[in-house]
Amino acid sequence: MVGRMIEAENLTVRFGNLEAVKSVSFQVEEGTCFGLVGESGSGKSTLLRALAGLNPDWSGRLRIAGDNLAPHRSKAFFRRVQMVFQDPYGSLHPRQTIDRILSEPLIVHKFGDIDARIRRGLDEVSLPASVRFRYPHQLSGGQRQRVAIARALIAEPEVLLLDEPTSALDVSVQAEILNLLGDLRVARGLTYLMVGHNLAVVTHLCQRIAVMQQGVIVETLSANDLRSGNVTHPHTAGLRQLSLELTEAC
Amino acid sequence: MTVKVRNLRVTFPLPQGAVEAVKGVSLDLGREKVGIVGESGSGKSLTARSILKLLPKQARMTADELTFDGIDVLKAGETAMRRIRGHRAGLIMQDPKYSLNPVMSAGGQIAEAWRAHRGGSRKEAMEAAIDLLAQVQIRDPMRVANSYPHELSGGMGQRVMIAMMLAPGPELLIADEPTSALDATVQAEIMRLIEDLVSRRGMGLVLISHDLPLVSHFCDRVLVMYAGRIVEELRASEFGKAQHPYTRGLLECLPSLTHPTDRLKGMRRDPSWLAG
Repeated sequence: MVGRMIEAENLTVRFGNLEAVKSVSFQVEEGTCFGLVGESGSGKSTLLRALAGLNPDWSGRLRIAGDNLAPHRSKAFFRRVQMVFQDPYGSLHPRQTIDRILSEPLIVHKFGDIDARIRRGLDEVSLPASVRFRYPHQLSGGQRQRVAIARALIAEPEVLLLDEPTSALDVSVQAEILNLLGDLRVARGLTYLMVGHNLAVVTHLCQRIAVMQQGVIVETLSANDLRSGNVTHPHTAGLRQLSLELTEAC
Repeated sequence: MTVKVRNLRVTFPLPQGAVEAVKGVSLDLGREKVGIVGESGSGKSLTARSILKLLPKQARMTADELTFDGIDVLKAGETAMRRIRGHRAGLIMQDPKYSLNPVMSAGGQIAEAWRAHRGGSRKEAMEAAIDLLAQVQIRDPMRVANSYPHELSGGMGQRVMIAMMLAPGPELLIADEPTSALDATVQAEIMRLIEDLVSRRGMGLVLISHDLPLVSHFCDRVLVMYAGRIVEELRASEFGKAQHPYTRGLLECLPSLTHPTDRLKGMRRDPSWLAG
């Protein structure tokens, strides 16, 4: 049965007196990709980080596969939910080899068979076995982002949180990473929650999209409605118009 | 003001032999908007920075000809270059977070640029800075002038950098990925601001970016670079007619809002592109 994988109910995230996310609710079905778009400061990354357990100062309800989340997450949560960050130059430990980076989640979650899992993990993201004993600085940006994805997937999570996973990459590398993420979702039945500001990129991967403005979801719509311009909120229409002007110029 | 570049080469000596990052680039710039597009490592930034002789220390630059308004950049010493840098050609860099001085107020930095090139008293310079902040469409220039970089948003910081570049009244503006650290809405605002300032002041613009649609939207002419060479030159309006498979590949691997596909086309790189 396909159920709800991620649920947020009246989620509010605070930084001191500032409410960065204001009573936001949404649901993500299992095996689908849900996108959060908006301008910088709209609260989309804050929401993602609260879900990931990186920001404990939130109120409301968050559920993963029906289980309520506490402000501080258990180890079992991180087994289930993993995150891929925007900048592959900053998110990998510079003094650890790829082998060490990929071993860590396996050791933490007490997996056996580490050697075979790392080999399989690299193969799954189309990295040659030769990168295993290299350091991050010896890899290109695209290869690094593949390592970050392999690290997120190696403990076999059900949910991936993607924070602008391609915006630091060249367009040709972006295409490869988007294809990879699409293939992995289908192959493993993963659920994605993806944050981005490029509408074309987010709609490429996601079936449903929420548009955020000043901490509030102003509209939730299907990718097809966004494509065809079947939108209700003026902010969504504005973002769509801008994307058409700038990305479909040629 | 014209810039003439003939057969520009930039090499980096490495223990395993020299690496040529720019391999014989020739171009002419006037008071127009030119875009240089390419992926990381294509040599686009090095090409533009060569005009200002702002290359990493270990880089070696050669050219048959490299002139800025008749001044031979290859032979020019640091003093002569200083009269071009900032004064006649401004450089806007990618990330205001790293390019602004974190311990100096925004207004103070703009005033410093103003005084370095135009002289005058501190008071005059500060007044000019506030005027420049108003010109880059900052609503409350007084407040921003007294703010420190960490108190400003990315878009605001980029406006401060632009104001600083405008202070000496340059004839050429080189913008190296000026908006890639910003989100789509702010990106459009900053590009419109640059476009507006460039046409109002009659400056030349070199826009370096990896974002082909953005460049074609704001420039008259676009140079596409691949592995240190210009592989194609196009009028911005003619991108549909791009001939080179690399240019076509750059366009085809972009996801589109209106024309969805299940899989994006990857770039298939042909070794023959390296031959130039």
